[in-house]
Amino acid sequence: MKRILMTMAAALSVAFAGDALAQKYPDRPVSVTVAYSAGGATDFQARIVTMVAGNKQYLGQPIVIINKPGAGGKVGWNHFASKAKTDGYELAAYNVPHFIAQSIKFKTKYNINNLEPIANWGADPAVFVVGKDSPFNSVADVVKFAKANPGKVTVSGAGLFVGHHIAFLQIQKETGVKLSYVPHKGGAPALKSVIGGQVMAGVNNLSDSFRSRSNLKILGIADNQRDKDFLPDVPTFKEQGFNVDDSSVNFRGIMVRKGTPKEVIDVLAAKVPEMFKNARVAKQMKNGGSPLRVLNREQVKKMWKERQAFLTELLKGL
Amino acid sequence: MEFISYFGAVFTPFSFLILIIGTVGGLILGATPGLSPTMAVALLIPFTFQMEPAQGLILLGAAYTSSVAGGAISAILLRIPGAPANIATALDGYAMAQKGEATKALQMCFVSSAMGGVVGILVLIFLTPVLAAWALGFGPSHLFWVAILGVTVIATLDSKSVVKGLLSGCIGLWISTIGLDSIQGVERFIFSEHLDGGVHVIAALIGLFAIPQVVEMLEIGRNKKIMTLIDTVKHSVVDSILETLGKVRALFIGSTVGVIIGLIPGAGGQIAGIVSYDQTRKFSPNRERFGSGESEGVVAAESANNAMVGPSLVPLLTLSVPGSPTAAVLLGGLLIHGIFPGPDLFTKHAAVAWTFIDSMLVGQILMLVFGLYIARLAAKIILVPPPILASGILILAVFGSYSVQHSVSDVLVMLTLGLGMYCLEKFGYTAAPLVLGIILGPIAESNYVQGRIIAQAGDGMVSYFLTGPLNVTLYVLCLASVGYSIVMEVKTRRLQTAATENEAGEEPA
Repeated sequence: MKRILMTMAAALSVAFAGDALAQKYPDRPVSVTVAYSAGGATDFQARIVTMVAGNKQYLGQPIVIINKPGAGGKVGWNHFASKAKTDGYELAAYNVPHFIAQSIKFKTKYNINNLEPIANWGADPAVFVVGKDSPFNSVADVVKFAKANPGKVTVSGAGLFVGHHIAFLQIQKETGVKLSYVPHKGGAPALKSVIGGQVMAGVNNLSDSFRSRSNLKILGIADNQRDKDFLPDVPTFKEQGFNVDDSSVNFRGIMVRKGTPKEVIDVLAAKVPEMFKNARVAKQMKNGGSPLRVLNREQVKKMWKERQAFLTELLKGL
Repeated sequence: MEFISYFGAVFTPFSFLILIIGTVGGLILGATPGLSPTMAVALLIPFTFQMEPAQGLILLGAAYTSSVAGGAISAILLRIPGAPANIATALDGYAMAQKGEATKALQMCFVSSAMGGVVGILVLIFLTPVLAAWALGFGPSHLFWVAILGVTVIATLDSKSVVKGLLSGCIGLWISTIGLDSIQGVERFIFSEHLDGGVHVIAALIGLFAIPQVVEMLEIGRNKKIMTLIDTVKHSVVDSILETLGKVRALFIGSTVGVIIGLIPGAGGQIAGIVSYDQTRKFSPNRERFGSGESEGVVAAESANNAMVGPSLVPLLTLSVPGSPTAAVLLGGLLIHGIFPGPDLFTKHAAVAWTFIDSMLVGQILMLVFGLYIARLAAKIILVPPPILASGILILAVFGSYSVQHSVSDVLVMLTLGLGMYCLEKFGYTAAPLVLGIILGPIAESNYVQGRIIAQAGDGMVSYFLTGPLNVTLYVLCLASVGYSIVMEVKTRRLQTAATENEAGEEPA
């Protein structure tokens, strides 16, 4: 009897505690770990989308960004997935497809099963670019040349198993030609190699390529639809007859560790997407040339699962 | 001459106040080990959110320039470079401080920083359109040779023995391979999970320079008899300015090397100071005095690392291509205000762009004024008794290495490397060539790997790495640098042999 009472009491207190937790959460500042260095695109966007967190209608508490860069994000995410507290005060930013591809290719402490998405704020599709003076004017031109000269077309991108590399692999698979991928230390140096003529073509971020568009020709977007805000005239790969979908799009958003109380996740899942839709946030994101794409928790969950399945298949045997 | 009309905007009360805050703040941040210019700018970006674009940029620009110079303060007083750019400053600056010339060294350092800085900004103002395209022409093969040119300096840098210098450089190169290779993603030498992210160059820098220093100070502290305080002689500012201006050779070589290395995207302005120090030494008649408190060395290093600041922004402002990590962070600061750098920056946002550049020019003068003022106060640090100073440095070292990536692993790496370096120093090895190896290793390696992929897709390794005017120029420079070192080494040996045996040795090859 005593045991039953105790169990009931415990159950009750958990229920109440949960409720109380949801009511007063958050009562102190919340941190977001960014697995890339300060000043990079992910850091820069994370700071913008969290700048209104202190407003009453959102979290009512400020969000602080903590940078833990290294090894293409692996250091920060490994740390987060193994050491972060699950009390809802330690969040992290994710980059898809990077972290999923890494969890497939390397021995990492993180994968989609020990992390819980909260919401997505941005989507930066990969674009295929060539230098301003390049003889290529469409993806078909590149394919035609590469068919005659297998492996001669050098294509730069930011490292291995990041969005750019995934897009490259997809392009190579769907066009059926052999290209040479030249990994760089990040998107900016990779773009520089295209502009400087060190490589013949490149896969890069839409936002960075858009800014450098006077020195580049942007031949195609690896996404399901065109980008209406920044590059309305650039056709997608699909429009050009190559079945490259949005699997390489660099999605950025907020996540927590598995084990975070459901009540806390519910609060975050309700309020964080609203915060991303704030007018000031939208304006700053647009100013920075960063496409905003807000997805809620359920949508992100679905997106993570789809990427996991797709990437497992694509990276098989690599 | 469009830039002159925007000076007015720099001197409005609020802008000027921000410029002063940025300058002083930059000096202090720069002097703190671990807070490199890149970190300083990154830390300040959130503060610009609420400002007008021009004012936000003034803050960032001022912090960038003065934090580069600020790193010299700790280099001279404590032999701990605030950032990799200040390594060469520590070589002679610290030796000067030990001779009681700390004030003089600091004053000369700020005068030469300002001189180099002004040259760099003038290059940015007048030569940007010409140089931007040239700078972009540097590809993997050229950067590989630039890094090798840096490697040729290693052997003779701050070391009595060429063999020990080379060995330290090799250890540095090896340390740089630890962690995840940034191009291929391969894991190398990860013995413990603390090494997952590799050895961060700032953590290594702090450990290798600061920890041996701390241990030595504590050693002295235990023995009251040999504990001596170095008195710093007062030194007139005017004398320092005149003496610095008299070092025409060092200023010229420093500024030229700084401008060129600053322009090349991806070369990392970090090596500007060391390359210019080495070149100045080779051309100086007082060659032997370098390393034992020769002020020319300080002038060469500091004019170079500040001359690098302006040109490092050339590819960023005209082509939206950040050439250095700090420029990349600055790009974020521009974007947040809706300013897209690129060819139309100077037409669309002329006011913001020119105000920013003008403020950096004015910032050089302010940095000089505040630097000279701080020089006298800062030199008093030397008067602190070693045991107390040692604990202070230790705190800063731990704080600095932790703050780079918020990582305890970095602190452990810093301490381990530091203790290792303490032992190595007992055998006559020095930290500077080791750090240079850590810096140059990744540049040489990643560019070699990229170059190889490109070469194999194209005309092959030989034609890619060895043909073309730029490649030829660079590897001829490398050969000349090595040749010079060999000739000098043989010459000194001959002189020594001649002196001891009173007869000429063998003819040099």
